[in-house]
Amino acid sequence: MAIVFQKTKGLTEKQTHYCPGCTHGIIHRLVAESLEELGLLDKAIGVAPVGCSVFAYDYFSCDMQEASHGRAPACATGIKRVHPDSAVFTYQGDGDLASIGAAEIVHAAMRGEKFTTIFVNNAIYGMTGGQMAPTTLIGQKATTAPLGRDENHAGMPLRVSEMLATIPKAVFVERVSVHDVPNIMKAKKAIKKAFEIQMKGLGFGIVEVLSTCSTNWGKTPVEALKWLKENMIPYYPIQNFRNPEEVK
Amino acid sequence: MAKELWKGNEAIAEAAIKAGCKYFFGYPITPQNEIPEYMALKLPQEGGCFLQAESEVAAINMVYGAAGAGARVMTSSSSPGISLKQEGISYIAGAELPCVIVNIVRGGPGLGSIQPAQSDYFQATKGGGHGDYRMIVLAPASVQEAVDLVQEAFDIADQYRNPVMVMGDGMIGQMMEPVEFVEIPKRQLPEKDWATTGLRGRKEHNVINSLYIEASQCDKHNEDLFAKYAKMEETEIRCEEYNLEGAEIVFAAYGTVARIVKNAIKSLEKEGIKAGLIRPITLWPFPKANFLKAADMPNVKAFLSVEMSMGQMVEDVELSVKGKKPVYFYGKAGGAIPTPKAIVEEAKKILGGAK
Ligand SMILES: Cc1ncc(C[n+]2csc(CCOP(=O)(O)OP(=O)(O)O)c2C)c(N)n1
Ligand code: SF4
Ligand SMILES: [Mg+2]
Repeated sequence: MAIVFQKTKGLTEKQTHYCPGCTHGIIHRLVAESLEELGLLDKAIGVAPVGCSVFAYDYFSCDMQEASHGRAPACATGIKRVHPDSAVFTYQGDGDLASIGAAEIVHAAMRGEKFTTIFVNNAIYGMTGGQMAPTTLIGQKATTAPLGRDENHAGMPLRVSEMLATIPKAVFVERVSVHDVPNIMKAKKAIKKAFEIQMKGLGFGIVEVLSTCSTNWGKTPVEALKWLKENMIPYYPIQNFRNPEEVK
Repeated sequence: MAKELWKGNEAIAEAAIKAGCKYFFGYPITPQNEIPEYMALKLPQEGGCFLQAESEVAAINMVYGAAGAGARVMTSSSSPGISLKQEGISYIAGAELPCVIVNIVRGGPGLGSIQPAQSDYFQATKGGGHGDYRMIVLAPASVQEAVDLVQEAFDIADQYRNPVMVMGDGMIGQMMEPVEFVEIPKRQLPEKDWATTGLRGRKEHNVINSLYIEASQCDKHNEDLFAKYAKMEETEIRCEEYNLEGAEIVFAAYGTVARIVKNAIKSLEKEGIKAGLIRPITLWPFPKANFLKAADMPNVKAFLSVEMSMGQMVEDVELSVKGKKPVYFYGKAGGAIPTPKAIVEEAKKILGGAK
């Protein structure tokens, strides 16, 4: 009998601590499968963030470092400069990357650091219990925006991919989503492509993955997928923003 | 090799390269700019990498990444920049990564001044970042000593898997002195089999981390760290004793202030007053025993800590002396430097009172 599906070697046996229905788990699988399929597990070095995915270092089977909040791109810079032939990636949430670590991601992109960033945008601070993120939508409730985000008070949600796409050395920028199977498959393609571009040494690549946080959105996992589709995608369009062909 | 005239900052950078430092991440700030500038020119020639980071925060986290990846790596800054690095230093200590951090101290607080100071003593020795951790802090008193200590700092860091700080007041960075680069005896160092290099055939993945979510595990981690720090305290203390025999007053001073104090001691001698000096070279671990021993000498009437600060090391001197003799303080802050004359007068005032 042929095997049609099998757990990737890119993940350890450790059971994840994610809430049931959280899409962090799917994104972990996509990254791990991509590394395995590209034969990169043996020379991959990942950087975990501070956020719900803080324990990613226990879940990925490759070498891992745990960075301080927002500094994963700086940490990855240090790693990649020491081991230029390795496949280096950061896995970061939206609070981590778009708020406290905004400078580090912009400057890593500016320098064209040859690593790959997986940016998990769930429009909320998951780990600390649902506070407002820079990506929280207008009107979306958060524990620190109890009446919903007001643009006159907290400004407009940051579109990270659009911003980074203006940086010449950010050669691959794509936003994907994991709210249904076709999109999960598209997300996998983008992640794989980002790693291929890294290994070709073309420059910095980022895949922004729209993700759910049913727990802090106050929804069931299924409702959360629907909410993502109906509310996040109109503001955060699923799209490729930069491709190496384009920069050639 | 014959002696050559070197500016302190450049000598520190050259010493690091000679010690095998291959990576440098930093951000400009006076009075240490010659270190990154020298590295920017020389490291690529040595097959290494210099990178100007977007901030001190980024720089120290690049150091974290590179140290975790197994490299010999250094950063340098001055007081405000070192403040920004503190979270990173705490993570480096927590994850047990070896690296060298140079602080060419300037006057504070806030933007302070760009002149030499010693006002970062507390920050360096008492854990400027969060959590319980210790860091070896080496305080050179001359450009030659800076060169020797920087070379050894890398070995100390590797031996203990711990950050090491070389702390020079601004004077050490800016003055020119004759230097001879002599090779420091290499220590027997453990393999970096914990480094994240990519598996490359290894079975178990390596993880660089400072998170221990279970309280009992975090407690154990702290216990393990402190067993390591105890070993450092046992073996790494460095201190210069000068003129203690028959001394009525014993100065405590480190860095360039210790040299000014030596001048003051000569002046006092001319006036028939015997004075000595204990110069801590490691600010942590602090040479407590040297001070306690001096406190037990019947000839010693008092201690006087002289610092380019409002009084920081003096607290460690007091703790070491254990109340056996009175401990006094004299200092200048914000970039002002104590003069030998002022130190002599201070000593005479104390001895007048102590008689
Ligand atoms: C310096 C610092 N500030 C704040 C925190 C607390 N903190 C932990 S996770 C987090 C937010 C994480 O949100 P995000 O990056 O969106 O990840 P998510 O949990 O949503 O996946 C914050 C603020 C911290 N650990 N360190
Ligand atoms: S809090 Fe939200 S992001 Fe975190 S694990 Fe739970 S569902 Fe996922
Ligand atoms: Mg989030």
